Amino acid sequence: MADHAGDHERLDLSRLHHFHGGLKLPECKAAATATPLRTLPVPPRLILPLQQHIGEPARPVVAIGDQVRKGQLIARAEGYVSVPVHASTSGRVTDIGDYPVPHPSGLSAPAIVIDSDGDDTPVAGTPHGDYRSLDPSELRNRIRRAGIVGLGGAGFPTFIKMNPGPHKPVDLLLINGAECEPYISCDDMLMRERPQEVIEGIHILMHALQVGTCVIGVEDNKPEAIAALEQTVAADHRLGDIRVQAIPTLYPSGGEKQLIRILTGREVPSQGLPADIGIVCQNPATVAAVYHAIHRNEPLISRIVTVTGTGVEAPANLEVRIGTPMRHLIEACGGYTPGVDRMLMGGPMMGFALTSDALPVTKTTNCLLATTREELPPPEPPRPCIRCGECVRVCPAQLLPQQLYWFAHARDFDKAQDYNLFDCIECGCCAYVCPSRLPLVQYYRFAKTEIWAQERDRIKADIARQRHESRQERLEREKRERAERLKRKKQAVREGDDNSKQAAIQAALERARARKQTGADSPEKSD
Amino acid sequence: MEFRTYSSPHLSGTNHVGRLMRGVMLAALPGLILAWWFFGWGVLVNLVLAVSTCIGAEAAMLRMRRRPVRVTLGDGSAALTGLLLALALPPFAPWWIPVLGALFAIVIAKQLYGGLGYNPFNPAMVGYVVLLISFPREMTLWAPPQELADARLSLVQTLAWSLLGTLPAGTGIDAISMATPLDTIKTQLGLGLTLTEIQAGPRFGSLGGYGWEWVNLGFLLGGGWLLYRGTIQWQIPAGFLGGLFVMALLFYAADSDTYASPLFHLFSGAAMLGAFFIATDPVSASTTPRGRLVYGIGIGILVYIIRAWGGYPDGVAFAVLLMNMAVPTIDYYTQPRVYGQGGE
Ligand code: SF4
Ligand code: SF4
Repeated sequence: MADHAGDHERLDLSRLHHFHGGLKLPECKAAATATPLRTLPVPPRLILPLQQHIGEPARPVVAIGDQVRKGQLIARAEGYVSVPVHASTSGRVTDIGDYPVPHPSGLSAPAIVIDSDGDDTPVAGTPHGDYRSLDPSELRNRIRRAGIVGLGGAGFPTFIKMNPGPHKPVDLLLINGAECEPYISCDDMLMRERPQEVIEGIHILMHALQVGTCVIGVEDNKPEAIAALEQTVAADHRLGDIRVQAIPTLYPSGGEKQLIRILTGREVPSQGLPADIGIVCQNPATVAAVYHAIHRNEPLISRIVTVTGTGVEAPANLEVRIGTPMRHLIEACGGYTPGVDRMLMGGPMMGFALTSDALPVTKTTNCLLATTREELPPPEPPRPCIRCGECVRVCPAQLLPQQLYWFAHARDFDKAQDYNLFDCIECGCCAYVCPSRLPLVQYYRFAKTEIWAQERDRIKADIARQRHESRQERLEREKRERAERLKRKKQAVREGDDNSKQAAIQAALERARARKQTGADSPEKSD
Repeated sequence: MEFRTYSSPHLSGTNHVGRLMRGVMLAALPGLILAWWFFGWGVLVNLVLAVSTCIGAEAAMLRMRRRPVRVTLGDGSAALTGLLLALALPPFAPWWIPVLGALFAIVIAKQLYGGLGYNPFNPAMVGYVVLLISFPREMTLWAPPQELADARLSLVQTLAWSLLGTLPAGTGIDAISMATPLDTIKTQLGLGLTLTEIQAGPRFGSLGGYGWEWVNLGFLLGGGWLLYRGTIQWQIPAGFLGGLFVMALLFYAADSDTYASPLFHLFSGAAMLGAFFIATDPVSASTTPRGRLVYGIGIGILVYIIRAWGGYPDGVAFAVLLMNMAVPTIDYYTQPRVYGQGGE
């Protein structure tokens, strides 16, 4: 493997590259982009999970009964990989406890509940001056304090991505506006309607990263967004090379690794990060949030969500406060249609199914997709793999999905790792084309979870083995010591008179009694 | 409101095993019709016998193995095995030839290994090779193209021959059957004739054997449609035909009196049927893109070797089975380079 750190080849943006495989999918984006972006009113109650990002959950700094204002810190970051949570409106904290959250596991997690007072009173904040007067580490801190995470779906804390370390010079800021999954259009609408927020945010990030070049990659099925961005860039006379690049519409071009390959021809090393090859990649909504945080001193308390699918009457894109229960979004879109069958968060390829619409919108909720049976029929019963190789043809990670399936199925996890299971991005291309309708991705997730669990078990087992070994050693030592004592005693008995014999017996009896009293704690007994 | 949950991806394409198999069967139609046209009703009698035996055997085996019968039969793979076997059999085979071959293909080569997806060998070719080794005489009862035959059997007469072994009065089996062109070349070269002399005979056409070249063209057409539809990928047919062509070209260039031309090889015997329909059986073929090319080339070269120097006139079945054995190794050494793992 080439060592990319520090000495990657010169950036060449003159032509587009291809990634392997991929799919042409039905786009289904028109319904939600037909009407302009709307702002949803603040709901009477907000549920704010403490973990809306990858990393450690935030820790509450408010108590039940506290009055809070819009934008006020209510939970602080805990540890390095963590970000704080802010009140999305003003009101009273009415509960801190476990609530169902949108997560593939369907489990509940700690959250802070705020009942709105209807005034939406903001905390008194002072907008800071020019961002250019701030140094990169101060900008990163402010971005962290604003609670900003990747809004494209993964929710990785943004400030960490902006700190690749001293040995990884960054030469490109990449804005991932591909939005390649069907149905989702929140980034499209943002780029169409608020391109200046995106461009302003880019300037801040370029300053914070000290890079001179930024490319915004947008799939060519979004001509309005491309035009809006291009106009804004053309009217911008500041330093810095910002380009808008249309790329062919092909799923998953918005996968970070795939987009990097398309635009630069470079590949993120396996198990590595874009920063290893000099690239930092951000989503347009994240960049707009950075703009709000730095220019207006507003933390991340709202986002744009696409509400769509044939399961809702009037699909639209809504700007909503974080913590808004999802059913308010559905109501704002005219409610459900009679045939509604499933609800997904995210797109139909990588999103996950929700159990209920009472769950809150979080920082990573990019799309609510309510579908009917006709639109997304329930899965067909799988048949055996016929080794047709269709999955190989479409896999953007250039894996052998059928082999991974085979090993995952046989629970041969070592082999699955030999076949690069952890390079799978779970894009679902393989399952989409599989003529045997195998739930391939489900198997890969299963295998990954099992491997992580084994890893944890191994660490535990290592500790247990160390404990066992030291105990074994101790027992050996004690046995040796006992034997020594016995030998000495025998010697004494043989050499001494009856008195000393008597004394020895007496001592032994006393020891035995004492041992009985300490009971099970004595090493001989616990064996 | 509460909802049902499933695992991602939630969207799926229209690809389906049954659809694939039916597509392949449909694509075999032009070749099948031409074979019937040139070689008579025996082709269709074989087809009906082989396909119905395959389906019956598959159903019985599935019931014994307690697997869902109707759903599994719906994948069409048993019928396709029957079809491919029938296309490889001589038109004047007695009824038990297609039946035995089909039984062997489904029961031994497919179901005993675990059914569709688990068979390491191409079932139709296993059936064919077992027949070829066990019943060499019956397996050479090829029909000449109709214009060349002394007598031609009607459907009823064909049935009578296949089922009862009776021929119309005054006709011997020698009058209606004839060796294949590949066979002819083999025996007559052995008699010391040159290729030019042999190929001057009426059973040779402008590309391959007379009639045979048309049947091969039919399969080429169907194969092209499968490629266009994306049912099969180009690597295996290209490797197969390329391997065969290059081998034939080398020896033809060296000695055109002993070695037939590359075009003759491409349009004779089971070349096109093998390249597009038999070697592309996904279950027993290599699955990596580069592996498939290697696999195809291997078959092409082996077909030539068996045709030129082996004990049998055509070698598609043996070549396919031999390469089936090499598949695990080929797959292992031709894994694609994974994204982000450098190289190439
Ligand atoms: S697409 Fe499905 S049937 Fe085909 S090789 Fe892959 S897993 Fe097997
Ligand atoms: S889900 Fe994984 S194995 Fe399947 S196509 Fe995507 S990257 Fe490849």
